Formats: sequence, C-alpha cells, structure tokens
Amino acid sequence: MRSVIIIGAGPAGLTAARILRAAGIKDLLVVERDEQAGGLPRHCGHHGFGVLDFRHLWTGPRYIRELCDMAKDVEIATDETVIAVEPGGRVRISGTHGVENLAARTVLLATGIRETPRSARLVSGTRPYGITTTGAFQEMVYTGGFRPFSRPVIVGTELVAFSALLTARHLGIRPAAMIEENDRITAGRFCDVAARRLFGTPVLTSTRLVEIQGRDRVGAVVVERQGKHEAIACDGVVFSGRFVPEATLARGGHLAVDLATGGPVIDNFWRCSDPAYFAAGNVLRAVEHSGMVSREASWAAAAILRGLAGDLPAADNGVPVRAAGSLLYVYPQRIIPHEGARIRLYARTRAACRGRLRLTADGREIAARFVNALPERRLTLDAPSFRLIGSRSVELTLEASR
Amino acid sequence: MIRMTVPPAGQTSPEYGVAVLGAGIVGCAVFRSFVLAGVRTVLLERDDDIINGASKGNSGILHTGFDATLATLESRFVAAGYRAYRQVHERLNLPLMRTMAIMVAWNQQEQSRVAAIVAQAHANGVREVRPLAPAEISRYEPALAADMAGGVLVPGESVIDPWSAPLAYVLQGVANGGHVRRATPVTGGRLADGFWHLVTPGGSVRASVVVNCTGNHGDLVEAIARPSPFRITPRKGQFVVFDKSAYALVGAIILPVPTERTKGVVIARTAFGNLMVGPTAEDQEDRDTATVDQATLAALIGRGTRIIPALAAHPITATFAGLRPATQFKDFQIEALPKERWITVSGIRSTGLTASLGIALHVRELYQAHFGILEELPDPVWTPVPNLCEERPRPYQAGARSPIVCHCELVTRREIEDALEGPLPARSLGGLKRRTRCMMGRCQGFYCSRRVFEIARGRLADLQRFGFQEGMPDGVAG
Repeated sequence: MRSVIIIGAGPAGLTAARILRAAGIKDLLVVERDEQAGGLPRHCGHHGFGVLDFRHLWTGPRYIRELCDMAKDVEIATDETVIAVEPGGRVRISGTHGVENLAARTVLLATGIRETPRSARLVSGTRPYGITTTGAFQEMVYTGGFRPFSRPVIVGTELVAFSALLTARHLGIRPAAMIEENDRITAGRFCDVAARRLFGTPVLTSTRLVEIQGRDRVGAVVVERQGKHEAIACDGVVFSGRFVPEATLARGGHLAVDLATGGPVIDNFWRCSDPAYFAAGNVLRAVEHSGMVSREASWAAAAILRGLAGDLPAADNGVPVRAAGSLLYVYPQRIIPHEGARIRLYARTRAACRGRLRLTADGREIAARFVNALPERRLTLDAPSFRLIGSRSVELTLEASR
Repeated sequence: MIRMTVPPAGQTSPEYGVAVLGAGIVGCAVFRSFVLAGVRTVLLERDDDIINGASKGNSGILHTGFDATLATLESRFVAAGYRAYRQVHERLNLPLMRTMAIMVAWNQQEQSRVAAIVAQAHANGVREVRPLAPAEISRYEPALAADMAGGVLVPGESVIDPWSAPLAYVLQGVANGGHVRRATPVTGGRLADGFWHLVTPGGSVRASVVVNCTGNHGDLVEAIARPSPFRITPRKGQFVVFDKSAYALVGAIILPVPTERTKGVVIARTAFGNLMVGPTAEDQEDRDTATVDQATLAALIGRGTRIIPALAAHPITATFAGLRPATQFKDFQIEALPKERWITVSGIRSTGLTASLGIALHVRELYQAHFGILEELPDPVWTPVPNLCEERPRPYQAGARSPIVCHCELVTRREIEDALEGPLPARSLGGLKRRTRCMMGRCQGFYCSRRVFEIARGRLADLQRFGFQEGMPDGVAG
C-alpha cells in the first residue's frame, strides 16, 4: 500500500505531489489519464499562467514545464485512467497495462473541470460539425495543430472566452462575434476593450443564442438582441465557460457529492466523506485560475501530511455548513471544529450583490464582513473554529444591503 | 440458386443479383439476408457511412410487438424480428438487456384502457403481458412518482444497441461475399433486358432486382420504378439523454399509455449506460435535418422528472433528434413489383430496429415468389462486433492494454484504431462515434476531440469536406 495516490496531474495534482515529495513521501504515485502531465494548461498556448505561484507571466505549457520540473522525482503514470474509487483508498486503474487495483492510505482527487457543452445547455437547432468547447478548441489548435473552423462565434464572456479569442488569434482567424446573455461581460472590462481593439471581434452583450443553423457544418447562429432575432454568419461555435467539476469518480462511487458545487463534499481539512480521500483544485467547484488551484492543493497537501502523521482530528462529528440567502454554495461543506484553528469558508453568489457575508452557528453570529460580490468571484470568510464547537448547524449567508 | 456470373473484363458495371438501396437498419438486414441466401448482393448507401439517416436516432428498444395493431405487416415483422434477433445476437456479439417494460397509467382515463391493452397484447401472441396495480409498480420501480393509477407489465421488452446491430448485419454480409458502396447515391435508373442500370456518381451499377430501403427518401427513390403510391412525411423525435449517474434510477422501460398518433414519451435505459427520455412526434418536410428545440427539450426533462422525481438531480449528457419515415398509411409499405423487378420496403418507423430481421426474411420470400429460388449458404461466416454495451465487459475492463482516449465513454485507443480499419472502416466522424461511442459522453469531446482527430487523421471524409484543416494557415507558426 502506498502512502498517497494523486488522481490528476494538472496544477493541483502536480503542486500537491511536489510538496508531498519534498516532505519525504517517496511512495507517491500520480495517475494521469492524458499522455502527458499538465492538465488543461498544457493545451493553452497563450500567456496568463504562473503569476500567483511563480511571479512570472508564462504560457500554459511553460507553466506546466515548471510544475513538472519541480515534481520530477515523483512517479507519474500517464495514459492510465482511474476507473473506480472504492472505500478506504482502493483505486482501480485501466490503461496500457490493463486493469490494476491499487491502494493507498490517502488518495487526493485533483481531477479538475470541464466546460458545459452545447447539449447540456439545451441549445436549439441543428447538430452539424463545428461545435465545440474552448478546452477542446485549444487542445485541437495548440497540441493537435488542427484548424477546425475559421470564423467561429464564441458563446460566453468568462475569462476563458478571451482565452478562446487568443487561441483564434494564434491560429490567424477572426471570430465573428462573442456573445453574452447578461448586460455586462463576465470577465474584467479590459478584456472587452482588448477584444474590440486587438482582435476586431465584436462583443455583444444582452445577446442570447437562439439557434444553431447549418446542415453538415455550422452556417450561422441566430441570436436575440433587443427583442429581435438576427443571424450571424459563422462556421463554428465555441461554447466557453460554465465550468463543472469533473467529479465523475466521486459521483459514480461512494463519496458524497454537493449538488450545488458539483464537487465532492469536503471538511475543513480537504477530506471527503470517506477520510481516506481528499480533494483539491477545481474538482471542488468551478472555477479558479491555476494559481489559486495550486495554492489550494498546497493546503490540501499540508493536511495530507498531518493525516499521515496521525495529526488530524477525527473526521466524524462534523458540523454541516449551509449556504443561504443569495449564496449559490459554500465549502467546506462540513466543519470539524477544534481548538486553535481558524477556518476559511469559500462561497459564490448567484448575482452581483453588495452586502454582509455572515457566518452563524445555531443563530449566533460568529463572523461577518462587508463584501462586494460578483458571481464569477469567490467570497471568503475566516472564522475561529473553536467558536463552532458544540454547534448543531452552521450557516453562511449573504444579506444584501440597500 | 441464383448466381450471377462475374462481368467480363472491360465491362465497367459489375452485375449483381440484388442491389439494396440504403444502409439503414432495414437495408443492412436485407443485405445480410440476401448474401446469406447466396445472392451476389451490393448495398448502395448515399452517405459517407452506414446508418446515417433514420436509423441513427433510434431509441434502442427491442419490441415484443405487444401493442401493435392486429394483423398488420408491422405486428407480423416485429414479432418475427424479435425472434430472429434473439437467435442471432450471441453469435454477432450483440447485447440483449432484458429490462422489461412497464406501461404506466397516470390517471383514471388512461387506466380505463389497460384491460384493452392487455387483451391486444394477448391477441398479438405476447401472452405474459399482465396488468399491474400501483403498489406492484412501485415495488418494481421505487423511483417512480407515487401517484400512478395502474399499469401493464411487459416482461419481454428489451434494450439493444441500435448502432452495433446494423453494423453487425453489414459486416456479416461483407464477410460472406457481399459488396458495400458508400458515398454512392442512386440518382436514377432504367430497367432494360431484365437488368436495372442504376445511375450513381461512380458509374452505372447493374442488378437483376432492386430493393428500396431508403427510409426518409423512400418515395423519391420509389419514383425510379413507378409513381410512388406513398408519400414520406418524416416524423421528428427529440430525445434527452441523462448522465450515467441516472442509469440506476429505473430498470424497466417506462412507457406511457399510447395515443392514436404515437407511442409517446418513453424513459429507458440505453445499452450505453444512460437513461433516455423521448421521443417527441413532430411531422416535418425536411428529410435530412432534425433540429432540437430548447423548449421541447426542457418539456421532455419536465416530463422525465414528473415521472421520476429524482431525475432532477442528474445532469444532461446529450440531446438529439431522429427522423422516422412515416407515410400516410399506418402500416409498413412492403411490396414486390415483379414486372419492375423491384421490392419496396418503406414507411418503416421506429419499430424497424426490431422488425428489420423479420422484414429481411420476408423480402427474401418475396424474391423467391417472384424472381427465383434461393439457397441458404451452408456454412456462413459469423462476424462478432466489438461490444459497446455497458452491461457486458468492455475492452477497458477486459484487459485491453490500451490507453483510454475518451474518458466519459471509456473508449480505448485500440477500439478507435480498429474502427478505422477492417472491411468497413468508419468514414465519417458520426460513423466513428457510432462504432466506438467516442466523443458522445458527458463532455461531448472536451477532453478527447484532439486525440480522436489525431488517431483518425486523414481518414474521415466528411471532416475534410466540412473544412477541418490540418496544420496552421500560411504564415502562422505552429
């Protein structure tokens, strides 16, 4: 039995691996289902990585090279897919060596995220060739060297939509438009200006995708703007963002899953409902950039080290935390209160909102602060853990102020 | 025994005993049937790959025919096809999931029809069909909404793989000497000297007898032989496919009490481990394009969660729409035209997946009655197909020793490579997907598109035609 198996060699998995290895964990295995370690940034050839963790502005592959170099003493099994996780840290993998059963004292789920494709968005119209997601588009372009279309429409304006725009620019193609249902773009304002000025791609807000047209390949999309339908000629559609955790292993197995985050339920030590399993990074919720993901993974690695040393509080007797008010979710979903520790709660709102973020235990206020909340931005609240000892129900709420 | 001689050298058009037009489920079964009867047979398909029309959007149910209208061709061939599938499926490595079906009546008006439905099933020879009380239904399927009025148990209804079955039929035909020509639309033809000279872009194809199995184009192709007595009005069916996490919610196929017009919206497991809700029934003119519609899909999800409340917590994997070739007549349109040396097989709706093998046997009988005696091949080759069904071991579980490329559907690299090889390699992206399930899971290609395209590089005719390019345009560094 190994000490630790990490599932997924993206920024979270590689960071945790580096820290565990540096702490002296030698029988560590990272299982990666792609041909190479790196996760999504590996296929993202433009700049924008490494700022938080390395104080550099790197491309995805460059950033991944750094993470891999720093974890170079770690055993990474690529082209191996975990097909099942079972109670107590038993993990079944399948790949070039057939099916193997592995076991570890601790397993870290670091399986990341994916974008919501067209089907799950229930978009009307035909189903021709040329419809994809940003992640698939980038991987086709940067890693595969393919050119799937030359004038796509990009749906959505999360940061990743502008990543799709950069990918298009790398390919020497100009997207026909970027469209957003809301009246403002989701990513920062500078992206909007950049899109217009640098790429000549119109960013259409308050614009709803109505229908995809074209028999064999995309010919146009119909959008609704100011109550009117109009067609935008294009030969592809890139559905960007609306990330969801890739939590299939948790969902298909015995681990509790939070329907609000879409990821596994964790406690304040990054432990899942089976304490042999930990989770970190974007599998917990959508979506944080690689720097934040990697930071989270370092905290989870520290907790794993404490667990291996027998230094973590027992996982039972946790207090459930509920998200209330305009909050979409909160994690950790369970708190194990104990003396001395501070806990940090993470949450998001459904809509832009200013107000007080309050943590209450059995009705008593434990911590609060004023926040200016946006749906795409995480909210955090720190609280002294010992004040939750003996509580039956803990609630995090966002009360909008006038 | 009809054996056509090999055409003399220099003659451009080979001679066939039978040309089957259309490689949907029915055409594939008819093709196999004639090859196994020793006829030199060619299957001509308009599209890049087989099962690209009505058959690609089938719900995958093997029907007992319990609810068929009595004394119709449909009731006859569904029953015959059901028996035939059960006889061949093991030798072709095709799955048979004995799920049963429960027809649920949700109000007293529907419940009042249960007795008649059971009586009709018995009249159709499906004897084990019986009424169920609400408590019994709940015992079988605890996830169903509790407010049902009653229902009917149909023990024989089953789920099969709608893509591997036609593939298996064609491959067995090819292995026993049949020819398949894809990307070969038949645009016209003339009967001269006892031979059809079929016009295709690749030249003329000569055949003694033509069988028209062209699905949604059946009436247009029929016009080659005669003014078509039927008109096809494609009937669209939209489906929503739920994530594999929903698979365990119900075991049985959940049927509604049917209306005059349609069997209604069904909830069923798929062979691929999902739970599916559909189809709708919408008439349209367009024979090739089936669109999905947001409001309709949302209504299907609403219908599904009304019947199985727990479904609401499960994500959607896929949405799709199929076109079933409906005519102005309720029954199948199957007929031999001796003078025209032509056999019509048209108006085969969603029961065609089940009925196809029964239809194929019947078409052979029509041939014998009008065109000549046939003799079964004494020892045909059997061609088991790769298993795509989730209820039997799949390669990734059975020691494939090949990396998994499609992570949602767990398709190995070797399965994709194999589908691009062999006597009938996938020629279109859709064909590759239907042979392997790659890119068809919950991420719809987010994780595997690039790897699939790399493996299939240069092999899929449609991608190149649709403008999928390799490498960077001039002046851009890779």
